[in-house]
Amino acid sequence: MTDQPLLCVNGVSKFYGNRIGCQDVGLELWLGEVLAIVGESGSGKTTLLNCISTRLPPTAGTVSYRMRDGQMRDLYRMGEAERRFLMRTDWGFVHQNPADGLRMSVSAGANVGERLMAVGERHYGNIRETAEDWLGRVEIGLDRIDDQPRDFSGGMRQRLQIARNLVTVPRLVFMDEPTGGLDVSVQARLLDLLRGLVNDLGLAVVVVTHDLAVARLLSHRIMVMKDGAVVETGLTDRVLDDPREPYTQLLVSSILQV
Amino acid sequence: MTIHTDDGLATYNFAYLDEQTKRMIRRAILKGIAIPGYQVPFASREMPMPYGWGTGGVQVTAAVIGPDDVLKVIDQGADDTTNAVSIRNFFAKVAEVETTTDTATASIIQTRHRIPEEKLKEGQILVYQVPIPEPLRFLEPRETETRKMHALSEYGLMHVKLYEDIAKNGHIATTYAYPVKVEGRYVMDPSPTPKFDNPKMHMSDALQLFGAGREKRIYAIPPHTDVVSLDFEDYPFEVQTFVEPCALCAAHGVYLDEVILDDKGGRMFVCSDTDHCEKRREGGHRGHLAGDARETAQ
Repeated sequence: MTDQPLLCVNGVSKFYGNRIGCQDVGLELWLGEVLAIVGESGSGKTTLLNCISTRLPPTAGTVSYRMRDGQMRDLYRMGEAERRFLMRTDWGFVHQNPADGLRMSVSAGANVGERLMAVGERHYGNIRETAEDWLGRVEIGLDRIDDQPRDFSGGMRQRLQIARNLVTVPRLVFMDEPTGGLDVSVQARLLDLLRGLVNDLGLAVVVVTHDLAVARLLSHRIMVMKDGAVVETGLTDRVLDDPREPYTQLLVSSILQV
Repeated sequence: MTIHTDDGLATYNFAYLDEQTKRMIRRAILKGIAIPGYQVPFASREMPMPYGWGTGGVQVTAAVIGPDDVLKVIDQGADDTTNAVSIRNFFAKVAEVETTTDTATASIIQTRHRIPEEKLKEGQILVYQVPIPEPLRFLEPRETETRKMHALSEYGLMHVKLYEDIAKNGHIATTYAYPVKVEGRYVMDPSPTPKFDNPKMHMSDALQLFGAGREKRIYAIPPHTDVVSLDFEDYPFEVQTFVEPCALCAAHGVYLDEVILDDKGGRMFVCSDTDHCEKRREGGHRGHLAGDARETAQ
């Protein structure tokens, strides 16, 4: 079962005209593994994430995914209906700005329940029960279930977005700067929560971040990008404690020490 | 065929629109009938009335009407309100067709937000005036996305709206424009008819055509088509019920309008379908205010 990777990315490149988004990136991801993609702004992290998650078709290369039936499928050769179904059942996508991933004008409960209704759940009581359960797991009070996310704080919105994504128990979750824009103590709580959920559910996660602390806390493996290319990959602790490439050394030494 | 007016000022093609336009609209209608519930884009024309007055319905009627047709127009069930009277007069003038207020004798019924109480027959056409054809409009603002959702029949979002209703009000509080699923495929907005009328759309003997002029969309429900109102297993679809019968004709099980009588809280409930109410009164049915109403009028 686990002898095959869950996600297999081969030679993915994306060009914006003459400019390079990312170039010839390959990676493999196994079930239960957390991979961090780090690098400075404009290094192609988000482009790569979007290419992998079928939100942006790459110029070249293939992305294949092991479906629940064990078959490896090329994502860009699937029909759109199947791809979108996969995205809202077996995958999650946590945006940096929760407003991009949430429906701001419907209640928290409906935000969590939307994916269930999308896959055919038609029992209000069950949907609400599941929503309550998930709000509890991301530490949102049950008295807030009928409030709209626009009345939530930034940290709560981000936690709600996570609950909304995890409600169908996906196997693979993409995160784009999940702690961006949050203050340090809220970041710490969110990271703690995410780490717990990832462990409990055995998720595979691709997390894009410029914050090496997030990578250190969450990820098993790390991929350092610069100018659209991968400069170094390896176990997170190894790369951060003993960076080999000059760019990675620069990145690690740029962390502010308090 | 052209229509000459006796004042000699204007000459119209039969039913106002030119033949090429009518042909274009008929093609859209045929496509709509072939794919029940699917919104067919069409090149909506300027009509001699403002948007919101039924320009979509008028164009559909103009495209399907013939010299032998008998036209009935209702506005919230009533034959005698401004919108109904002016559209009826419009077609009497530009198509010289016979008009009626009798549901049974009409071959085409153009409606703004009601379905007549009397059961429609085979051969009749019901034309709806539609302001907003897209049922997902206020849930998903991107039109590119809603079209994709229709194409891939991703309708989970429609239930999000019903969920919100129950979460806020304890029951499904949507009372008009209640979404339906047509022939197990397309989710459709039945125009702002009260949900009371939704069951009448199911397996109707009549052809139902929907025209949205400003939004440039036509859709249709052919006769004998499955039309199911969306709901939850534990909150099934229900129509409105009324405690009192109609104050004029004592009818039960019909859709009633509330009429304010004075500034002391006096009010009455009367049939929204005026033709149905009049026929019942002719048949000797009397509501508790029927006598008073006549005296007041005199």
